Amino acid sequence: MEIIENALSFLGNHIEMVYILILMIFVGVEVIGNVPAVLHTPLMSGANAIHGVVIVGAIIVMLNSEPDNLPALILGTLAVLLGTLNVVGGFVVTDRMLEMFRKKPKK
Amino acid sequence: MEHLLEIIYLISSITFVVGLKMIGNPNTARNGNLIAAVGMIMAIAATLIFHEGEVAPIIYILIFGAIAVGTIAGWMTAKKVQMTQMPELVSLFNGMGGACAALIGLIEFHHNVGDPVAISTIVAGMVIGSVSFSGSMIAFMKLNGTMRKAIRLPKYNILNTIIMIGIVAFGVYIVMSGTHDETMVYLLFAVALAYGVLFVIPIGGADMPVVISLLNSFTGLAAAFGGFLYGNMVMLTGGILVGSAGTILTFAMCNAMNRPLKNVIFGAFGEGAGGGSGSQIEGSIKEVGPMDVAIMMNYASRVIVVPGYGLAVAQAQHVIHELEELLEGRGVSVKYAVHPVAGRMPGHMNVLLAESNVEYDKLVEMDDINPEFPTTDVVFVVGANDVVNPAAHNDPSSPIYGMPILDVENAKQVVVNKRSMKPGYAGIENELFFHDNTSMLFGDAKAAITKLVAEIKTL
Repeated sequence: MEIIENALSFLGNHIEMVYILILMIFVGVEVIGNVPAVLHTPLMSGANAIHGVVIVGAIIVMLNSEPDNLPALILGTLAVLLGTLNVVGGFVVTDRMLEMFRKKPKK
Repeated sequence: MEHLLEIIYLISSITFVVGLKMIGNPNTARNGNLIAAVGMIMAIAATLIFHEGEVAPIIYILIFGAIAVGTIAGWMTAKKVQMTQMPELVSLFNGMGGACAALIGLIEFHHNVGDPVAISTIVAGMVIGSVSFSGSMIAFMKLNGTMRKAIRLPKYNILNTIIMIGIVAFGVYIVMSGTHDETMVYLLFAVALAYGVLFVIPIGGADMPVVISLLNSFTGLAAAFGGFLYGNMVMLTGGILVGSAGTILTFAMCNAMNRPLKNVIFGAFGEGAGGGSGSQIEGSIKEVGPMDVAIMMNYASRVIVVPGYGLAVAQAQHVIHELEELLEGRGVSVKYAVHPVAGRMPGHMNVLLAESNVEYDKLVEMDDINPEFPTTDVVFVVGANDVVNPAAHNDPSSPIYGMPILDVENAKQVVVNKRSMKPGYAGIENELFFHDNTSMLFGDAKAAITKLVAEIKTL
């Protein structure tokens, strides 16, 4: 029972987050709806770059870790590195794909 | 100052939504991506600047070091890579994000022992991140050709389901028992990694884009769990946005291929790929040289090019454009028929041909071009295979049965350029090659088309 109480109180205390969660789901559906198949790949790639926001979590972990906790520092640094790869690589790849869609000057 | 952080997170969240929306329209797509990127930089900078509490210098050094190395490596990889390798790169970067989420979970576990709600978000984020990481790595290897075949353990569907239930049960146990034992978490981490591998290895070729899109939404979800853990709004909104958008995108891709998601994951694509597939095709193939094809095309009035992955691999997008212009100059109408899943990802061919300045109007989608094949003189299939395989229409035992295809067999002449008779990505034979009106032009696409162009010039 305790776990259910815990879960309920968590929901109660974080009700704004639950609202955000549900509304964002609808936003996500709305944003992707009726997009031509041609843009599926760039969209996937763009979404891929956006979930790189997980790097913010990795930075928070690092900022909160003890300077003498070596394993945590190693894993945390690795997490920041991987997150950066996701963000930078993701946006640059998407940009390169979309570069191809620019309007060509008519001959 | 805390308010400023929240406001910047809010702005970043808005840039993600607006950016993604803009990517959905060809005219605004590039700016949309830039806007989202600016939002991301703001979120990262604000997290570093507005952090409260003492932080040892060594930690800043490590963070900035990791960001610097990651930026240079990510930038160089993304800039240097060929257009053809984009799909696998997306998969690779997706895996990096998943791994990042998994590592956060591993580190945060012992800080939060005794708080079942926090532990459950940590465990969920870690498991999903790990599956996304190892799954993406397998998808990456499949796309770049390191791992070509679908590997199927006996009863893999049942096995995978059992492992999945086991992971959930194990996760629930860790949360409920309130264990302090970190080896438990590492064990769960290892099982989740293994599950990611087992989840993707049985899935074959043509379904890989769908899998990447699905794993993409997994990583979004893992990031959102991190947002829940820290009460961090930008992670929450960004993660959920991608989780939701990615799921819808996955279904959109499935629709484009006319394959339900359930078949993709549990399904039978490439079944019998290891040879011994049901019906052997009778008949013989007809091989032709560039000269024959040159004559065929030069005196045709309507030519349709069907590009496929072979064109991408051979980097033949420029020379095919040259061929098109040459033929157009001689009064031959040339169009491109683009199957929704030609190449390795939806839109792959469009991107590639746009790179070589092929006009947008010349790229015709499947439903619009299919009625035109019966009045077409020559169809030139360049490195495509499964998307023109008539078995999708007339062989119910074929794994691609029911997939919409380009009906090239209705054209007067079909010329197929392939490197060899090797089956396509789905690993199945193609009876089209044995039809009477089909000729085979063997060779690397770029070399073959270059010769073809030279031959046409002499006519």
